[in-house]
Amino acid sequence: MTGMQTAPIGPSDAVPRRDILTLVALTGAAIGVAGYAWPLIDFMNPSKDVLALASVEVPLEAISPGMGITVVWRGKPIFVRHRTDAEIQQARNTPLDQLSDPQDDRARVQPGHEQWIVVVGICTHLGCIPLGNKPSEMRGNLGGWFCPCHGSQFDTSGRIRVPPAPSNLPIPPYTFESDTKIRIG
Amino acid sequence: MTSGLAGWVDTRLPIVTLMRKEFGTFPVPKNFNYFWNFGAISMLLMVVMISTGVVLAMDYMPNAAEAFGSVQHIMRDVNYGWLVRYLHQNGASMFFIATYIHTFRGIYYGSYKSPRELLWILGVVTLLIMMSTAFMGYVLPWGQMSYWGATVITNMFAAIPFVGDAVVTWLWGGFGVDSPTLSRFYSLHYLLPFVLVAVVLLHITAIHKVGSNNPLGIDVRSPQDTLPFHPYYTIKDCFGLCVYLALFAVLVFFAPDLFGDPTNFIPANPLQTPADIQPEWYFLPFYAILRAVPNKLGGVALMFGAMAILLALPWLDTSPVRSARFRPIYRPLFFVWLASIVLLGAVGAHKPEGIWVILGRIGTIYYFGHLLVVMPILGRFERPLPLPDSISRPVITRNALPRGASVAEIRP
Repeated sequence: MTGMQTAPIGPSDAVPRRDILTLVALTGAAIGVAGYAWPLIDFMNPSKDVLALASVEVPLEAISPGMGITVVWRGKPIFVRHRTDAEIQQARNTPLDQLSDPQDDRARVQPGHEQWIVVVGICTHLGCIPLGNKPSEMRGNLGGWFCPCHGSQFDTSGRIRVPPAPSNLPIPPYTFESDTKIRIG
Repeated sequence: MTSGLAGWVDTRLPIVTLMRKEFGTFPVPKNFNYFWNFGAISMLLMVVMISTGVVLAMDYMPNAAEAFGSVQHIMRDVNYGWLVRYLHQNGASMFFIATYIHTFRGIYYGSYKSPRELLWILGVVTLLIMMSTAFMGYVLPWGQMSYWGATVITNMFAAIPFVGDAVVTWLWGGFGVDSPTLSRFYSLHYLLPFVLVAVVLLHITAIHKVGSNNPLGIDVRSPQDTLPFHPYYTIKDCFGLCVYLALFAVLVFFAPDLFGDPTNFIPANPLQTPADIQPEWYFLPFYAILRAVPNKLGGVALMFGAMAILLALPWLDTSPVRSARFRPIYRPLFFVWLASIVLLGAVGAHKPEGIWVILGRIGTIYYFGHLLVVMPILGRFERPLPLPDSISRPVITRNALPRGASVAEIRP
């Protein structure tokens, strides 16, 4: 009986203590479940071997001015295009206020390699691959790329000029390893 | 009772009421010991096995050319692949440990006796499904032990008279264990766990109809004999789970290959059988029974019979008393029977030569003798100890009280 008297469990005391125990138990369980779930979720992220193939090297010697090639990087088409002087001038001379996603051409190429434009070849509208990387394909009124799905047009800098695409073709991360070779990724 | 969104749902689909009735206020005998934790533990392990398995299936390649490599890919390249695979591989062992304890608890306390015969049979069925799933899962990594395990087990069906060879060719989908065998095992390995879930749900439905047995093996006589499932047994199950999961974690993080066979790190080679071939630990007693009989069909029949006979247990045991606590002769013999199974396990892990052959036969004879001879006869002659009047009485009068407390405090 003495044990009962020294630690009385009255209604005023019992309820909050039970609440705290419940809260602590449920919090512990939630942390446990989250800790268990995270490896199962992260399992589905790209694995090390996929990440290891995350960069490609592209030799540029064979691409003459006006030509472009398509390389696959991380499963996506990358347009590498050798621009003519006229195409560079056209991109440079376009006033920024004519662009719906304003960006200077100098910000989209690498200094000293202005003839090379490298963009991810996926239309920013709904993911089709625009035409125009080969000279024989339709390039649209601006001489860049033309998307056959919904008619978006990109200029020679890969900037969006005719909607519905909302933004410019993105530039993948790449570096010049030499004047005739780039490394994408 | 229930308001808000839960109430709105409950008046249309009474899941809240159902959960409250079956897992909240559900009356359960108040004298459970920790052996009663292993049903809940098994269920949680089932969830672990299915959740890790579903994810592993995303990176596993079920064909002979790529299977071994894809498992290495999971172990080395995939994020947390090593963890998920080790959880799955060791989870199988932990699942079997929990389920075996659950099964032997049921046998010791007579949980299979009327009115729980169907509950028991459903339990044996879940064990059979688990065993088939585990066997097929062990084949998937396509190592030497996987391959030769699959070869040996499938060849057992060749012992069937007349149609044996045709059955084995049908099982293989070819003239030996090969890619078609592997991909069908993979398909079934993915399917059977969901069949298992369904049978477990039936198992739970049955126990909520007939009520739980208890360590005394006597029926619940009044509400004083029971406690509501929540919070008393939810807490007790959670505590048991935490301890068990801690052991699981020790296994996964510190000894992940303890139960594995090093031979399985060698890719499958159809032209060379490993020098030592043995199944996973949970099949060793059955493997020993298979080898104890110097006859192909006889060995296979006894091995499958060792599981099938458990289905008849409610009718083999003729004693009206459930708990072995009150059966002075049966109780020690139960432990002898348990020892014969452990012995068979040891025999299964050794080469069948010398003393192990004789021990295997002794173990096999007692395993079946206990079930087919001792149990039916003993029930008729054994005089049980006096049974308590009710669950409450021994709980209150025996040493179950906290130190220093008296009976008067506890009585409502």
